[in-house]
Amino acid sequence: MVFTNAEIDETIQMFRSQKLDVRTITMGISLRDCASTSGAQARQKIYDKICRYAENLVSVGEAISLEYGIPIINKRIAVTPIAMVAEASSDKSYVAFAHTLDAAARQTGVNFLGGFSALVQKGYTRGDRILIRSIPQALAETERVCASVNVGSTQAGINMDAVRQMGFVLKALAGRTANAQGLGCAKLVVFANSVEDNPFMAGAYHGPGEGEVVINVGLSGPGVIKSALENLEKAPFDTVAETIKRTAFKITRMGELVAREASRRLNVPFGIIDLSLAPTPAVGDSVARILQEMGLERVGAPGSTAALALLNDAVKKGGIMASSHVGGLSGAFIPVTEDEGMVEAVQSGGLSLEKLEAMTCVCSVGLDMIAVPGDTPAQTLSGLIADEAAIGVINHKTTAVRVIPVPGMKAGDWVEFGGLLGGGPVMPVSTLSSAAFIDRGGRIPAPVHSFKN
Amino acid sequence: MDAIVTVVGKDRVGIIAGVTQALSASGVNILSISQTILEEYFTMIMKVDIGHLSVDRKTLNDRLEVEGRQLGVQITLIHEEVLKAMHRI
Repeated sequence: MVFTNAEIDETIQMFRSQKLDVRTITMGISLRDCASTSGAQARQKIYDKICRYAENLVSVGEAISLEYGIPIINKRIAVTPIAMVAEASSDKSYVAFAHTLDAAARQTGVNFLGGFSALVQKGYTRGDRILIRSIPQALAETERVCASVNVGSTQAGINMDAVRQMGFVLKALAGRTANAQGLGCAKLVVFANSVEDNPFMAGAYHGPGEGEVVINVGLSGPGVIKSALENLEKAPFDTVAETIKRTAFKITRMGELVAREASRRLNVPFGIIDLSLAPTPAVGDSVARILQEMGLERVGAPGSTAALALLNDAVKKGGIMASSHVGGLSGAFIPVTEDEGMVEAVQSGGLSLEKLEAMTCVCSVGLDMIAVPGDTPAQTLSGLIADEAAIGVINHKTTAVRVIPVPGMKAGDWVEFGGLLGGGPVMPVSTLSSAAFIDRGGRIPAPVHSFKN
Repeated sequence: MDAIVTVVGKDRVGIIAGVTQALSASGVNILSISQTILEEYFTMIMKVDIGHLSVDRKTLNDRLEVEGRQLGVQITLIHEEVLKAMHRI
């Protein structure tokens, strides 16, 4: 097959200078058959099963990366929400389950394992209650385990008891990991409309509707999209959208190749490709810079929400055409500390929490990696969660909150989490009280599904 | 199993000799070569067969890396399947 010099050069530049990568190959593993009346026995089954299925995950990922010359950054595992598996036991705490997951992650060599999770959008089971209570200790004592709690859905409405509780869980978790700036909170996502096949951490879990075991692949590449827009300075939005779509298509095709190859070599069914523009703190790997490339002085300027809406939609359209199974979150992530362009916008005073909230109406997830003052009351955090959940539930989309109330820090202080999590300024949060609102508890009913105006 | 090797850099004596030597020593069969010089810049694109390597892929990559440094050029080997996925429907 013959390729033009321009095609070859385009692909090489994507890898060499635009930081295109396969962000993660995530193996989803069902643990439903590991439930047992004995907690110890359940944990043994969990450990054995994860290690058996994922034994070759890391080595296969590395081999594909080497052979095809495609950087594959992370190999990860997602499991059945642990509340569903652990609740058959009479254990009163699931911290030991988190330690088992951590040990399995170490043994298989993955850097994160997601699924210390509960789905409580309509109500709690006994196991859900125990799991959520266990989160602060579990995440403080483990390294690689990620947790998530789904508190709302378009079909079920919002479980405000859970929303309230998660505010307190965040505070407790930040307190327990105070010597690491509350880093534990970076491993906990509070969702509405969470998806069952998301390969990205910290919110990945293997949903109850998934098969026995599956390979999902998450792609990234903000730098590639930004570069594609660099030559379009005065072009109309039609051209901008079309260019993003075409580029997203190419990236996703590359991801599909990796996913199919991983699936074949591991003898595990291929699930989905998730093309999400997931920034890293590295220069040239920023979603904020894409929005700037469209003509905004900085993210946060009026027009930011529209720019993000166009980007998110065009990425999805390109991805959907490129793979027969697109899933997960697929769109643009707008974390703050993980994106140097976002950090710069916050530092310049041009990007507030409220503008970010507006932008989450059209991005693929929600308020992500945002450091807030350590003395933010639990009910205020719950208020943020409630607002995000409402946006998701009403608009039929996934929303999430991953905020870190950094112990001892106030607005404007600089917090450094390190690595892919980055660092950034602590953002001010409204000091108006939400306590009486949050303390009501109960459920916000599911929204009406007709009369859409 | 076909791949594309590109070599880009400032022209000098011995680039083709050096690169092809590194390839043949690793069992890479060269299928076609196209090469030009544009304003002192050397550009070469080769189609190669890497289906019968005499070394593992890591060693081949390392050799190309070392050779590229010595010659002052950038050598990239890219799997044809990747290009096919991206540029052909």
